Amino acid sequence: MQQIFNFVIRNKTFLLFLLLFGIALSLTIQSHSYHRSKFINSANNLTGGVYGAVNSIDQYLDLKEQNTILVEENRILIEQLFNKPVLYNEDSPESFDKNFELISAEVYKNSYNTPNNYLTINGGNRDSIQEDFGVITSKGIVGIVDNTSNKFSTVLSILNKRSRINAKLKTSNQNGSLTWDGKSPYVVQLEDVSQFAIINVGDTIVTGGQSAIFPKGIGIGTVQEFTTDVTGDTYKIDVRLFNDMTTLQHVFVIKNNDIKELKALEKLSDG
Amino acid sequence: MDNSLASNIFKFIVLLLVQVTICSRINLLGYINPFIYIIFILMYPIKNNRLLFLLLAFNLGLLVDMFLDSGGVHAGASVFLAFVRPIFLKYAFGALYENQTLKFGKLQTNELVIYVSFMTLFHHLTLFSLEFFNITQILLILKNTLVSSLFTVSLSILIILLFKSRK
Repeated sequence: MQQIFNFVIRNKTFLLFLLLFGIALSLTIQSHSYHRSKFINSANNLTGGVYGAVNSIDQYLDLKEQNTILVEENRILIEQLFNKPVLYNEDSPESFDKNFELISAEVYKNSYNTPNNYLTINGGNRDSIQEDFGVITSKGIVGIVDNTSNKFSTVLSILNKRSRINAKLKTSNQNGSLTWDGKSPYVVQLEDVSQFAIINVGDTIVTGGQSAIFPKGIGIGTVQEFTTDVTGDTYKIDVRLFNDMTTLQHVFVIKNNDIKELKALEKLSDG
Repeated sequence: MDNSLASNIFKFIVLLLVQVTICSRINLLGYINPFIYIIFILMYPIKNNRLLFLLLAFNLGLLVDMFLDSGGVHAGASVFLAFVRPIFLKYAFGALYENQTLKFGKLQTNELVIYVSFMTLFHHLTLFSLEFFNITQILLILKNTLVSSLFTVSLSILIILLFKSRK
C-alpha cells in the first residue's frame, strides 16, 4: 500500500497528464462517432453570449451583402406569386394544415475548414427548436440540429464527415446519400447512386424526403462531376452547392409537425 | 505573486477571447487559422506548480473546444504541450533553464523564435492528428500543421514582443 502511494506521489504529474489527455482523447473520439450526447459544445450561455456580441458587429459589416441576398430572395418569391395558378384563401392564409413550419435563426458561429464542422445558431428550446430538425437557407440545405440549449443550438453542417443526408437527382428520382470528403467547402459528394441512373453534368440534386428531417425537394446543388465507384456498382457524384457555406447569416430551421407521429410509428414497427 | 496571478488570469481570458472571436475566423485562403492561445502555455512562468499548470492548459484547451465544437482536440494538444514544455525549454535555452535563471522578459529574439517555433509545431501536429484522426490523411495533417504553424509563429512572436514586460 505504502508503495502504491509513493508511486502515485512520485509520478503525480505524469498521472495527471495521462488522466487529462485520456479525457481529451475520449471527447475527441466521441465527437467522431455519430449522435452521441456531447458535454462540450457551443450551445450554452457562455459561448452564445460571446458569439452574440461579436455577431452584432459582424452583421453590421455584412449588411450590404445580406441585403442583396434578401432582394434576390424577394424577387424569386414575387415571381412565384405572380405565376401561381390558384391563390391562397386571402381571409386566412394560415388556416391550412401545415406539415412543416419554419423558424428563423441567425448564424452566430460558422465553420467550414475543419473535417467536422458545426454551426452555432441563436435559437434553442424556447423557440421550439429540437435535436434532428433540418436547417436550410432560401437557397438550399445547411445541416441538421445536433445539440440544443434553451437559447442556442449547434448544427451539424453538411460539411461534416459525420453528416449523411438522403438526397436524389431531381429529374430521375434516383436516391443516394450526401456526404463530404472534407476537401472543399463548396463541393459535397452524393454516394450510392445506382449505376442505372442517367446523370448529366449540371443536373439538380435535391433532398429525397425519405427521412422526416427535410421535406422533399429542397435544393442542394448541381452535378459538377461524376465517377463510377471502386466497386463499379454505384456512381459517386461531386455536387456543387447552391449555398455558399462560407457566408451564412440567416437560416431557417424546419420543424416537422408530424415528427412525433412518425417516430411513434417507426418505434412500433421496430419493436 | 498576487500580481503574477492576476496577470495570468487576465492573459488566460484575453487570449481565449481573441482566439475564438478573431483568430478562428480569419480563414486565410479558406482554411488557415492561427492558434495564438498557446502563448499562454508558452509564456507561463518557469517556476510553477506543474499540476496546476497542466490543469490550466487543459481547461484553456477545453474552453477553446467548447467554442469551436471540436470535441477535445484542443484540450488534448494543449495538455500534451504543457507536459512536454520542460523538454523544449531545456533544448532551446540549455544552461539558462537548468540553472533556473531563465526569464522570458530578457530573452534574445532568436532564442525565442526557436522555442516558439518548435513548441508551435509540436502543438499543431498533435492538434491536427487528433482532428483528422486518420493515419491515411497524414499528408493533409502535415500540410495543415506547417501552414498553420507558420501563421501562429509569426503572430505569436509579434504579440510576445509587443507585450514584453520592459524591465
